Amino acid sequence: MLSAEAITKRFGGRSGAVVAVDRVSLTVERGARLGLVGPSGSGKSTLAQIIAMLLAPDSGVLTIDGDRVDTWGARCSRELRHRVQLVFQAPRIAVDPRLRIGDAILEPLAASGTLPSVADERGELLRTWATRVGLTADLLERFPHEVSEGQLQRACLARALVVRPRYLICDELSSMLDVSTQAALLETIAAVQDEQDLAVLLITHDRVLADTWCGQIADIRELSTRDQQCPPPLPSSPVSTRA
Amino acid sequence: MTALLEVEGLSVAFRTRRGVVQALSQASVAVQPGQLLLVVGESGSGKTVLAHTMLRLLPRNVDVSGSVRLGGQELLDLPPGVLRRLRGRRMALIPQSPASSLNPVRRLGGQLLEAAQARGLTKQQARTRLRELLDEVGLDLDVVGGRYVHQLSGGMQQRIVNAMALVGAPDVVIADEPTSGLDADLVDTTAAQLRAISARGAALVVITHDLRLAQRLGGRLALLYASRIVEVGPTAAFFAAPAHPYGRELLRALPEREGKSIPGMSPQLTALPGHCAFADRCPDRFDRCTQTVPDLYPLPGGGLARCFAHAER
Repeated sequence: MLSAEAITKRFGGRSGAVVAVDRVSLTVERGARLGLVGPSGSGKSTLAQIIAMLLAPDSGVLTIDGDRVDTWGARCSRELRHRVQLVFQAPRIAVDPRLRIGDAILEPLAASGTLPSVADERGELLRTWATRVGLTADLLERFPHEVSEGQLQRACLARALVVRPRYLICDELSSMLDVSTQAALLETIAAVQDEQDLAVLLITHDRVLADTWCGQIADIRELSTRDQQCPPPLPSSPVSTRA
Repeated sequence: MTALLEVEGLSVAFRTRRGVVQALSQASVAVQPGQLLLVVGESGSGKTVLAHTMLRLLPRNVDVSGSVRLGGQELLDLPPGVLRRLRGRRMALIPQSPASSLNPVRRLGGQLLEAAQARGLTKQQARTRLRELLDEVGLDLDVVGGRYVHQLSGGMQQRIVNAMALVGAPDVVIADEPTSGLDADLVDTTAAQLRAISARGAALVVITHDLRLAQRLGGRLALLYASRIVEVGPTAAFFAAPAHPYGRELLRALPEREGKSIPGMSPQLTALPGHCAFADRCPDRFDRCTQTVPDLYPLPGGGLARCFAHAER
């Protein structure tokens, strides 16, 4: 289980600090699909980065399968980081423009020294994941600017899944993509979930998508424990009418 | 009757290291004053290239053939100076991502005034006109004018670039992915603003991959797939019963419908097949589909579809 308790993150500024995430608590069970919704500026992406250990919270407790990780910040171990993977909203700026697609997909393994040393095994691993996300072999040789946005987001998903994470965070996975590519990405994620008990935190402003795809939906504004104790996630329900 | 903006047989190809990228093939569309044309398709289908070619905002490694006419005047062979005077005054672009199209280190007031003056308004006229335009969308020029772009919310930024596009009272407004990355409330606001632009009598072209926005805006719709227009007709007719198999499969992929992806991928633009580009993914293909490229065949409801299923049999 992934658990965040009373996570707070402030960003400084000349006109005073902005509280991006204010005492937010949530839990994600293994294998679950949780939709995280809320308006722009409500702290969804900041929370995602904190859970993915890319940002250290100012206060609060973050535990992943029993291991406390909030105090590690940038020095968090690779093994812990590999448990949680994040797919960003804009694939164009989420990949190194100098890496070929195939190398980008294997980069997390190379960075952690867990890339198979035998070339055939590497090729096999790459082909497996490329096929699963629907990328053809010729695309793996290309640079990011030589493929479409949809193909690039498929590569970003493969890059996240190749380390076999336990938790996958998708931050507006498909807001820049057509519906068929969105459906294809979600089908891949669902298939991986069936095999390896992967939990998914789907951050989206598309309430219809959250309602149809996620087992549970939580509105970030209602996860704040400013005035209450850890509320359970909201059940799937029609669009909230609050202003 | 000649349309205000008329695109005919437009083909655009980019010469690149990997060969010739055929971004647009034989596209023809027309828009009248007060009309709305939606250009819909996945990324890489040619929608933005169509918009940019209308304004001739193209890099050097490009080959263009066909015709783009504004009020009967051919734009493709106008000298750059004449074209520059036309942009903003007769045709305006609402760019994708307002945050990155505004200058981050200048206050917005200066940028808005500069845009207005570039359209030939005097400083006084510019101020009056901007005040009116911003008033209509609930912004005060004196307040937002003193701010920088990062100090405004996404919705306010969108309203600023809309005002900038409208300040020259253009006949044609082209909006490129106006709702990309906006949340539901802002999509509502943007849709209302787009409808207002069209209600002023401008011809409006909206480029989008957002099918829900398209359905909400109505008007006419052109669906692009792998550089070609595969279906064009009234938006309502498309959503009720798309005539092209690609349109049908695309609507099925909406989460509120079946959420089912289309198997396979669209073809590479460097190696487009000599037959229907959708044939490999099409559940209804027959022999002819893998032999030649279909024409646009007329539909009973007044539209056109590039599918042999609608050819006279």
